[in-house]
Amino acid sequence: MAELNLAQALNGALDTALDADERVVLLGEDIGRVGGVFRITDGLRERHGPNRVFDTPVAESGIVGAAFGMAVAGMRPVCELQFLGFSYPAYDQIINHVARIRNRTNHRFTAPMVIRIPYGGGIGAAEHHSESTEAIYTHIPGIKVVVPSTPRDARGLLLAAIEDPDPVVFLEPIRLYRAVKEDIPDIYYKVEIGPVRMERAGDDVTLISWGAMMRETRAAADQLAEAGVSAEVLDVRTLSPLDREGIVASVEKTGRAVVVHEAPLSGGMGGEIAATIAERALYSLHAPVQRVAGWDTIFPLKRSEAHYLPSVDRIVDAASKTLEV
Amino acid sequence: MSSRKSGLGRGLDALIPSGAASGAVTRQTQRDEGVATFRLLNPDGSVRDRLPITLDEMKSLYADMVEARTYDTKSIAMQRQGRLATYAPFRGQEAAQIGAAASLREDDWVAATYRDAALNWRAGYPWELLILGRTGDERGGEVPRGVNVLPPSITVGGHMIHAVGLAWAENLMGTDRIALTSFGDGATSEGDFHEAMNFAAVFNTPTVFFCQNNGYAISYPTSEQTKSESIAIKAEAYGMPGVQVDGNDVVAVLVAVREAAALARAGDGPSLIEAVTYRIGPHTTADDPSRYRAEDEGGRWEEKDPLERVRRLLERQGAWTVEWQADLEAQASATIEAAVEWAEAIPEPTFEEMLNRMYAEPTPPLREQLEGDR
Repeated sequence: MAELNLAQALNGALDTALDADERVVLLGEDIGRVGGVFRITDGLRERHGPNRVFDTPVAESGIVGAAFGMAVAGMRPVCELQFLGFSYPAYDQIINHVARIRNRTNHRFTAPMVIRIPYGGGIGAAEHHSESTEAIYTHIPGIKVVVPSTPRDARGLLLAAIEDPDPVVFLEPIRLYRAVKEDIPDIYYKVEIGPVRMERAGDDVTLISWGAMMRETRAAADQLAEAGVSAEVLDVRTLSPLDREGIVASVEKTGRAVVVHEAPLSGGMGGEIAATIAERALYSLHAPVQRVAGWDTIFPLKRSEAHYLPSVDRIVDAASKTLEV
Repeated sequence: MSSRKSGLGRGLDALIPSGAASGAVTRQTQRDEGVATFRLLNPDGSVRDRLPITLDEMKSLYADMVEARTYDTKSIAMQRQGRLATYAPFRGQEAAQIGAAASLREDDWVAATYRDAALNWRAGYPWELLILGRTGDERGGEVPRGVNVLPPSITVGGHMIHAVGLAWAENLMGTDRIALTSFGDGATSEGDFHEAMNFAAVFNTPTVFFCQNNGYAISYPTSEQTKSESIAIKAEAYGMPGVQVDGNDVVAVLVAVREAAALARAGDGPSLIEAVTYRIGPHTTADDPSRYRAEDEGGRWEEKDPLERVRRLLERQGAWTVEWQADLEAQASATIEAAVEWAEAIPEPTFEEMLNRMYAEPTPPLREQLEGDR
């Protein structure tokens, strides 16, 4: 056991994967000499050598495209793109090649690779550095989209992603990198890609979130508890494929649901989750499903960030609304 | 051109006639007449220099080109009959494609395009699977184990970097496999070209960049596609050797790609070969070339037909007869007809197959869709 924050847990997982499987290589901008812009790969080039951890030219499409070729040839590349807002040059590679090669060749060629991307706001970063555009990835068949929110999950999900026979977009909540520490086992363990994690059991309302918004969601559950409301908290963890059963089972029990995400409301994953609940648990509902999300705006710069990010109060208000009916 | 340290690097440089790199080959001659910088075999079948291959090898290359053209002709006919999806003919580019593929080892990687059926076939992709793919069936991409040819890339340019990753991986895994990527003149305008060339050079990957400059990107002429003196010259900026060859001279292409492959296999990194050729047919069966080029333009090039050039050489050597030609064509027809028959006899793909090939195992949402109402 070691007490690690999310960034350290990811670093440890990459270190473990490099030790465990010689096919694993890391590539990305500034990940070698300086350990990446968020230091997630700190020390790995020194430990594993420059033929396992590659600094690359500044070319996101090139990084993902080269990693794709490596994966097809039989390696297990893990690439890092510096920010979700910088991933779009690679979108063509991801949607047209990475996600499709298995389908296009009827399983003959595959691309087992991981694309790690820090995402989300709340740190007053420059423009393009705070995006939460996960829905543009969850809409692509052929890839999986994973978002850890705890150090323990970060390690287990990343090791599972690296072992996965299919490509995984692995989104890392920037705001949580160094937010909390957790005791996590030093051993090689995996957290299954797919199932939601029930973080807290409750009876009155289900709060559903992922990534950085888990912090506000948790705080909202605490406030609700003080007011005598028992909230169940689900961390979705895997946005694609979505664990519909896990979500529906919880809502059938509580009869109320609030989905919380940082991404803009319209077209976000909250709609997919709300639709799933409407399709499968409508008769268990005591109140309409609520969504607490970012506004339909460009993610703002620092001075407007507080206007944008869903607050604990908004989550509590939404939960209260479901309880008033 | 580039100042590479190795002796093998000089080997490729030696292919480039003096003055070529300094722009002595004018845009006019390159682009309008298709006179390329490195050539061994003249259009009339005369030999410019001693050919580094045997007569039997020459005959075999010719037979391959005849077979490829038979496929191309058959495909156009089948598209007209509604039996194939839109088809991109390669007529006129047989020498470039067969010459390039014949220079590779059978376990080398190939990442090529929708117009590269001849290249892909010569590199191991069976005709029947190419045809199956063109009938609109993903199972056409399932090449046999041991064939390291990716399915034809449909988007322009995105596949070039794959040959960098493939080659890079082989290098890291300690094999001496190389990767060749084939693309057109239009693809060199994509940002992907830059990223692929740069990555290959920076990481010294064993990659051969093989550009078939066939004069047009659909309607857009190469003269407007770039203001560089040639496509080959772009290699210099990336720090790798580049050579322009007569893409209608199968021997010149063979020699150049062999050199590039040898460099790559020896650890001396990537190179760029520009094969100047001509797309005799339309961009695809949906295209109308009369809207952007003179009809006789193609006619002048028919004179330089890559097959006719080799036929004339063989005839000069007393190695070509009408009977042999008839035999080759009959064999090629039988082969292609058998491949068509095989592909058309494949049962229609099922709904389950469509959903089952998205992931190693269907995800829970796909499982529900497999089991649910439809």
